[in-house]
Amino acid sequence: MLTDIGVGSIDDLFSDIPLSIQAKAHLSIPERLSEMEVKKRVESLLSKNRSTSDMLSFLGAGVWPHFVPSAIDAVVGRGEFLTSYTPYQPEISQGMLQTLFEYQSMICELTAMDYANSSLYDWSTALGEAARMATRTTGRNEFLVPHYVHPERLKTLETFSEPAGIEIIEVAQDVHTGAIDLSDLKKKLSPRTSGVYFEYPSFLGFVEEAGEEIAGLAHNAGALLVVGCEPISLGLLKPPGEFGADVVVGEGQPLGNYMNYGGPLLGLFACKGETILRQMPGRIIGRTTTQDGTQDAYCMALQTREQHIRREKATSNICTNEALLALAASMYLSLLGPKGIAELCSVILDRTRYAIDRLRSLPGIVAPGFDAFHFMEFTVNFDKSRKKVSTINDELLSNGVQGGLDISRYYPELGQSALYCVTEVHSHEAIDTLVDKLKGTLEA
Amino acid sequence: MDMRYAQARWDEPPIIDLSATGKIGFNQVLSEETASNIGSVPHNLRRSSPPRLPEVSEIEVVRHYTRLSQENFGVDLGIYPLGSCTMKYNPKVCDVIAASHKIRELHPYQDIRTAQGILQVLYEASEFLANIVGMNKVTLQPSAGAHGEYTGVLLMRAYHRDKDDRKRREIIIPDSAHGTNPASAAMAGYEVVEIPSNSDGCVDKDALKSVAGPQTAGFMITNPNTLGIFEHDILEIAGIVHDAGGLLYYDGANLNAILGKAKPGDMGFDVVHINLHKTFGTPHGGGGPGAGPVGVTRQLADFLPVPTVEFDGTKYYLDYEKPKSIGKVRAFHGSAAIVLRAYAYILLHGREDLKTVSETAVLNANYMAKKLQVIKGFSLPFGEGLPRKHEFVLSASSLAKETGVTALQVGKRLLDFGVHPPTVYFPQIVEEAMMTEPTETVSREELDRLIEAFRSISEEAYTDSEQIKTSPHSTSVTKIDEVKASRPRTLQLTWRLKEPRSK
Repeated sequence: MLTDIGVGSIDDLFSDIPLSIQAKAHLSIPERLSEMEVKKRVESLLSKNRSTSDMLSFLGAGVWPHFVPSAIDAVVGRGEFLTSYTPYQPEISQGMLQTLFEYQSMICELTAMDYANSSLYDWSTALGEAARMATRTTGRNEFLVPHYVHPERLKTLETFSEPAGIEIIEVAQDVHTGAIDLSDLKKKLSPRTSGVYFEYPSFLGFVEEAGEEIAGLAHNAGALLVVGCEPISLGLLKPPGEFGADVVVGEGQPLGNYMNYGGPLLGLFACKGETILRQMPGRIIGRTTTQDGTQDAYCMALQTREQHIRREKATSNICTNEALLALAASMYLSLLGPKGIAELCSVILDRTRYAIDRLRSLPGIVAPGFDAFHFMEFTVNFDKSRKKVSTINDELLSNGVQGGLDISRYYPELGQSALYCVTEVHSHEAIDTLVDKLKGTLEA
Repeated sequence: MDMRYAQARWDEPPIIDLSATGKIGFNQVLSEETASNIGSVPHNLRRSSPPRLPEVSEIEVVRHYTRLSQENFGVDLGIYPLGSCTMKYNPKVCDVIAASHKIRELHPYQDIRTAQGILQVLYEASEFLANIVGMNKVTLQPSAGAHGEYTGVLLMRAYHRDKDDRKRREIIIPDSAHGTNPASAAMAGYEVVEIPSNSDGCVDKDALKSVAGPQTAGFMITNPNTLGIFEHDILEIAGIVHDAGGLLYYDGANLNAILGKAKPGDMGFDVVHINLHKTFGTPHGGGGPGAGPVGVTRQLADFLPVPTVEFDGTKYYLDYEKPKSIGKVRAFHGSAAIVLRAYAYILLHGREDLKTVSETAVLNANYMAKKLQVIKGFSLPFGEGLPRKHEFVLSASSLAKETGVTALQVGKRLLDFGVHPPTVYFPQIVEEAMMTEPTETVSREELDRLIEAFRSISEEAYTDSEQIKTSPHSTSVTKIDEVKASRPRTLQLTWRLKEPRSK
């Protein structure tokens, strides 16, 4: 091959790299290992981890433990999907394109929105993109956010907003019910407001009931309503599209994807109305036909919003997205269907109620901290026990249980509180174990 | 040339069309009574009707998506020389490792005492990557290359602001850059200043000098550039940018060319993003997930997003205490399952084989470039006589002028050979561009087959171009009407909006 190229050695092909640079290029990383050795070494490292199969865990807070149906693993691992890339050549990529079209369709059905893109990185970046989209759409730059939103989402929102000149303004929530303080919202809405955001169910598990009123107030002020969702809850809950959301963002991990220590995740993004569709970030797949009109076919649509065409004028810089996780989500929603997702919600409601009932029977515990309807997650307050959440969690861990997320560092006004999560993976027996261990800890 | 490629044609309807009332593919929990809980949802919070999701059995779901997989082309099926995307073979052992519950079922907020294994992987991966690109410190948080770019540009912005230098409102970008570069700079609030390439396809230093100044925040380039040519004056370029007080950003899309041969840090770069799904062999997943770690020099390390993964001599931990940090660029700690695969990939190759990766990738690209540019209708513009690195940009402009067969049509015809075409019409500075990156994982026999496919397409073009113009013929669908997909009257983005709208 070197002869064909017309050079004497491989080094000749690198002769245009200055020697002073080449001289320092030596890599200080280990020598290569065989496949068997790599597997052994990495598995031995990973064995130090304790997964949710190894111990009971009550963590949620943005990434939630769910059972992943085996059919999903079987298909998602297929090389045809796994080792393909962005479908720039649609004729040879119909499988992924149709899958993403179905994914978009199912996300729209679930959220009752008109359009969904084929994925963003995660809920937090989807929120950042939504705030920017609200500013592009309205020409305004104040984005209203309630007090109790996921702290890492808020931080990410700030990172996406500040360079665009968007100001994040906090709206109060009732400390007893978690409900958005409508009079404070009215006060903060102005001709500068680009959008109003809330989470549904909220970060702390309570569910905002005034969606329609909030939508009305936002719209009267000329602002968009952006709603952040945990998607499984929409199997039973009124979808944001039914109460007036203009944009829906959310986390698609619960739809057949693993927690993976927090990534990769699946950013959901949907919107309503053709005007703002043109402002939507991310790849969108459309249905069309072959040029001879004989076959249905799929390809990327509205690409003039995207960076590879529009460069600095694009709606977002996103290119690589989370297509494979969208495939898992499509399979998950197809396997469950309308009946299965409603059943799953029902199981989760059962676990939520059972866990709250059992926990509140313990002295020294108030659960939930908010007087509201809760789904899957709820706060547990330990103030009366005079123990810190961190101490309690340490003791639980030494008994083989990972307790809820310590939220006292985020919300001092909630005292020593933790956010607990229960899903279909937590049997009544598992919840009983938690209650027993907690009881022992609190009595100690 | 073996032309017996035929992709499956299932004419598979959207899964909603397979739906039959009452069917279900997965049962949640059978042992406990749960049916009665729906009543606990307050009336005003209930859905008015169930979502219109498919009602199908498990086998129907599996068949549907398995059939769709057969209508999709990946590296596991054949050569995929998509330029700047580095579609190399993804070692299966990395996926096997990542299928363990010891990573899949880890929660990002679990006590770090129960996550020491993955934290050690993340820590060592960031050390390896820092060494490979010659940077001081690496964040593993960004989810993709473009996300890494946005992070990197914000780091440059934080650096200037920390020095109370707010006049730097511009980022310079060559006209041959990836579209994500200007898009990322604009997202971070910068004006984009584009400069032309010289006749070698490299940075025009005079043009750079004329725009670099006290308003310059930084210069974003990839090296080798998108033509596959190494910017041999990179040290001088770095000098121009640094003398103006700006920073130099390395777009890592083309890192597969220089592993163990040159480190961006030694070229004068201050910020580097790395695409793990390109250089470090993690599967592209049909468009994602990827991961875009960012490395920086010491002077920028304080600004990295939180948390960083640290080691105190006894334990690994997450450090959120970084007062100068740009904050969070996404929730949690990055795409751990992708970093894990890349970590395994690095161990599998080690320092010697990583160098061989780049050497072989460059050898393959030059071999192919040499053979293709002599085929009638094709040429290799820019940088005459210069070696290419991991990729090269072929031009089909003579072919288009002489036969009417465009780069796009050559690409479509390649599909009939069971080959994924190169990236077409990029970079825009090359007419009828075909940006080709064979990677190190193709065999010589495969390269020869691909070269033969180009030769036979050229012959067809000059004799009977009808077959080309009506291609592809062997894919699950024939040539698609892409314009129709975006036209307002025929726009159809979900199965709900089935009928063309009247307005």
